[in-house]
Amino acid sequence: ACAARASEITFELPDNAKQCFYEEIAQGTKCTLEFQVITGGHYDVDCRLEDPDGIVLYKEMKKQYDSFTFTASRNGTYKFCFSNEFSTFTHKTVYFDFQVGEDPPLFPSENRVTALTQMESACVSIHEALKSVIDYQTHFRLREAQGRSRAEDLNTRVAYWSIGEAIILLVVSIGQVFLLKSFFSDKRTTTTRVGS
Amino acid sequence: LALYFHIGEREEKCIIEDIPSDTLVVGNYKVQRWDIHKHDFLESAPGLGMFVTVTSPSGEVLLSKLYGPQGTFSFTSYLSGEHIICFQSNSTRFAVIAGSKLRIHLDIRVGEHFLDESAIQAKDKVNEVNVRLEHLIEQIHHVTKEQDYERKREEKFRKTSEETNSNILWWAIVQTLILISVGIWQIKSLRDFFISKKLV
Repeated sequence: ACAARASEITFELPDNAKQCFYEEIAQGTKCTLEFQVITGGHYDVDCRLEDPDGIVLYKEMKKQYDSFTFTASRNGTYKFCFSNEFSTFTHKTVYFDFQVGEDPPLFPSENRVTALTQMESACVSIHEALKSVIDYQTHFRLREAQGRSRAEDLNTRVAYWSIGEAIILLVVSIGQVFLLKSFFSDKRTTTTRVGS
Repeated sequence: LALYFHIGEREEKCIIEDIPSDTLVVGNYKVQRWDIHKHDFLESAPGLGMFVTVTSPSGEVLLSKLYGPQGTFSFTSYLSGEHIICFQSNSTRFAVIAGSKLRIHLDIRVGEHFLDESAIQAKDKVNEVNVRLEHLIEQIHHVTKEQDYERKREEKFRKTSEETNSNILWWAIVQTLILISVGIWQIKSLRDFFISKKLV
């Protein structure tokens, strides 16, 4: 039984860029790829997963978050790519978690004479619970980072647009009056009252 | 080593780790260079090294060292926040040969405390459970630290949202006041103007 490996990486994907990751997987291993876009633009990215023969196992365009589980049908190097090629000027921050294989049991059942003791089964259930706590925590952290990024974007946008609007309002109103005045100033010579 | 990716020879690749304070981060890497003649990545290229730079959220550089083609680096975070780990090869080849690239294998572990497997192999039952329990306690401490950090971030998030809310309200009031006062000024100004021009 091979040990499970999990790699999670958060990286910045510049606009028009594509970043690929490779991993060698043995046949029959159950793997999970999970990714989420944390900051940038519409918070979406293209993702594509290929097996050693080049067959596309998973392909989604403009996804914000997804999770994909598959079992490796053959030995070899699997490749998954994230693409921001559809975006012209926004950088995206992408998080992904690639889990290869399942965790080996805490208390392996070879060489065992008796069933798990209470202590051991308590350990196993705490371990499982903690794993799911850490998993939820990661999800929550990413969602919160995404929400905070949107809130900060919104805040800056509101500030700039409001200031811009106020300035435009002032400039246009004052400009209107002077423009109107200038119309009447030109006609001064022709509108002097005759016979007053 | 597990996951790998490719970069250009002179390119710098960075990854981001958003971690609470007092967290140990350990990274294993291996770098290989593409050989044009053999059309494969060399197992070890002589003189090839890797600059590893770690920047803390305040911009301070925590770690900046040149390692060999394969190595382990680690650092402990003082502040909570986004730490940026950057990799750049020490390749000094100015003429970038077409098709030359580097393969970087990477494995980064955050806050994990490694189980001492040899202690677990000990036949003593009590000792084994003891070790597992200690590992679980460490994991719980890490979860708690993450939660504390999460609380601070959520507070910042809430403050930003409330600031946006009050900004919208305040600017709407300011704009309405500008609108009204400029409107009044416009009418007054035009009226005075027409009176002075003897048109009214």
